[in-house]
Amino acid sequence: MKKQLFALLFALVPFTAMAAPLPEQPFSMTPDINDQASLQRGMQLYVNYCMSCHALEHQRFSRAATDLGMPQDLVEENLIFSSDLAFNDQMHIAMQPGDSENWFGVAPPDLTLFNRVKGPDYIYSYLLGFYRDPDQLLGVNNIVLEAPAMPNVLEPLQGVQEMVCAETDRPIEGAELDPLTGKYQSCEVLQITRPGAMEPDEFEEAVYDLTNFLVYVGEPSRLHAQTLGPKVLIFLFIFGVLAYLLKREYWRDIH
Amino acid sequence: MGNPNRVKAESGIMRWVDDRFPATQMWQDHLSKYYAPKNFNFWYFFGSLAMLLLVNQILTGVWLTMSYNPSGEGAFASVEYIMRDVEYGWLIRYMHSTGASAFFVVIYLHMFRALLYGSYKAPRELVWIFGMAIYLLLMAEAFMGYLLPWGQMSYWGAQVIISLFATIPFIGPDLAQWIRGDFLISGITLNRFFALHVVALPIVILALVVLHIIALHEVGSNNPDGIDIKEKKDESGKPLDGIPFHPYYTVKDIFGVAVFLFVFAMVIFYFPEGGGYFLERPNFEPANPMVTPDHIAPVWYFTPFYAILRAITFDIGPLQAEFLGVVFMGGAIAVLFVLPWLDRSPVRSMRYKGWMSKVALLLFAISFVILGILGAIPATPIRTAVAQLCTVLYFAFFLLMPLYTKLEKSKPVPERVTG
Repeated sequence: MKKQLFALLFALVPFTAMAAPLPEQPFSMTPDINDQASLQRGMQLYVNYCMSCHALEHQRFSRAATDLGMPQDLVEENLIFSSDLAFNDQMHIAMQPGDSENWFGVAPPDLTLFNRVKGPDYIYSYLLGFYRDPDQLLGVNNIVLEAPAMPNVLEPLQGVQEMVCAETDRPIEGAELDPLTGKYQSCEVLQITRPGAMEPDEFEEAVYDLTNFLVYVGEPSRLHAQTLGPKVLIFLFIFGVLAYLLKREYWRDIH
Repeated sequence: MGNPNRVKAESGIMRWVDDRFPATQMWQDHLSKYYAPKNFNFWYFFGSLAMLLLVNQILTGVWLTMSYNPSGEGAFASVEYIMRDVEYGWLIRYMHSTGASAFFVVIYLHMFRALLYGSYKAPRELVWIFGMAIYLLLMAEAFMGYLLPWGQMSYWGAQVIISLFATIPFIGPDLAQWIRGDFLISGITLNRFFALHVVALPIVILALVVLHIIALHEVGSNNPDGIDIKEKKDESGKPLDGIPFHPYYTVKDIFGVAVFLFVFAMVIFYFPEGGGYFLERPNFEPANPMVTPDHIAPVWYFTPFYAILRAITFDIGPLQAEFLGVVFMGGAIAVLFVLPWLDRSPVRSMRYKGWMSKVALLLFAISFVILGILGAIPATPIRTAVAQLCTVLYFAFFLLMPLYTKLEKSKPVPERVTG
């Protein structure tokens, strides 16, 4: 019986362990949707810097308030800027897709499910990866998206970032490792050449919070699943033990 | 009153019912006096699990239908509405989407059991054929259901599959348009797929499941030794190696259900995307007829057949490679239907077949898995060559079966089951 139990587990588990490969990104982050403070800061950044163009069509302010532990009045005062939007509304934007397509070439995508399409590392790398490039229409390029149709809206916080030839500790693809210094020599090193309102560490944390918020927005039910999951699994475990004992009792006389 | 040949309760309400409906008779025929071999092993859990998943799909499906909007404009948003605004909607949706994948896991293992112990052989040919019909309709059901979230992979996956029909000479393009109901996949296609997914196919599948079980209970269950337990009976006419399905296998299956549900719940609560195989990442973007995804892959349970389709890269005479791919893909499923007549072995179970059958089944299983992997990833020349080799092995398993099952020397089968 034990053998059968393990066989059943092994037959079913590989499907949960398989992972469709997401392309590796230059920077990676580990989301923590239980860190309410981070998610609140992320939401604040989102409504201030992203929501002029990017809607969250499926995310309600009220749901975020509940999930991130924010009282209604604070959300209404600090996070809802449009008089057209109410607390129970989804996070719509005023910009019309036709207008934005004329201005930027493409309409800025809705970001509710962006994390579920691209994964957190992509968002994190994209937001950290803007650099000045005079050849581009908007004056910036990006390490994960060639010729972005979006300006670096976080530049006032980050400062001016440029791609320079320098030594770096971070492994870069195609860069040579100097065996003496242990550093990499590359002409694809991102460097802040003019400081912004935030220190680099501070900025990385802000981008972490923003990414974390988008991870939460992609699947708010994850919070519910986290609390319900263990209860269901414990119930099923006890049920399984009792079912096994019942089976053993019935089968005692079968030889 | 009623049919005097029926088994009836002595008195009371059950007697009243039995005089009008064969309740006690059916209870005995299918449960309390249905004698199943006592040596069922691990492989025999999957029949009852398939039944459990069928019920799961129907119940969660009914509740999803209450909030789903089957229109090109509203489908995608209504799924997110279910995921966010409907109480426990996320759980119902994940039970349905994970249930679809789990259904195929269980069905594939159930079918492998039949291959392993010769459960398709006489007198169970009809059990096998009804089962194969269920499998075929289940694939249609899953394919149509996958269009309903109206994501990018829903749209483009359906685009690929429907365009397969367009490769059929002469009638192809018109046939594809008739299936779509439009020049492109549109809200019209979505609506008809919805009707077929929630009404037509489930009714037919349920009916076939009933036929599958009636046919099984008519001839009795096979077992890992592949011997007929009805040949050795005691004085009262009960098979010596048989035990009543209820309570012995009902309690055993309840335990199997508990183990299965534990794994199932782990996926639902912690990995509902199944690593991008149960819910593919591009499907979180709404369907967009103007943008083709970089890599279109069907859901994992179709990938072996998709790999066979892509493995055919050459024309034969006037027949185009695309059409031949469809023929081979269809043939890969069609050949399963005639399996009972391909196996010429005097024994049923792999335990007593010769080494050739064992090697053949092993190669078949390996090539099926490799095809499944290849169908999920982009094709390269080497991968196509491997897929071609595996396609040959897949078909060789069936087409050479009359030869190797006849040539090989099988072992003597024991009189009684060996546990």
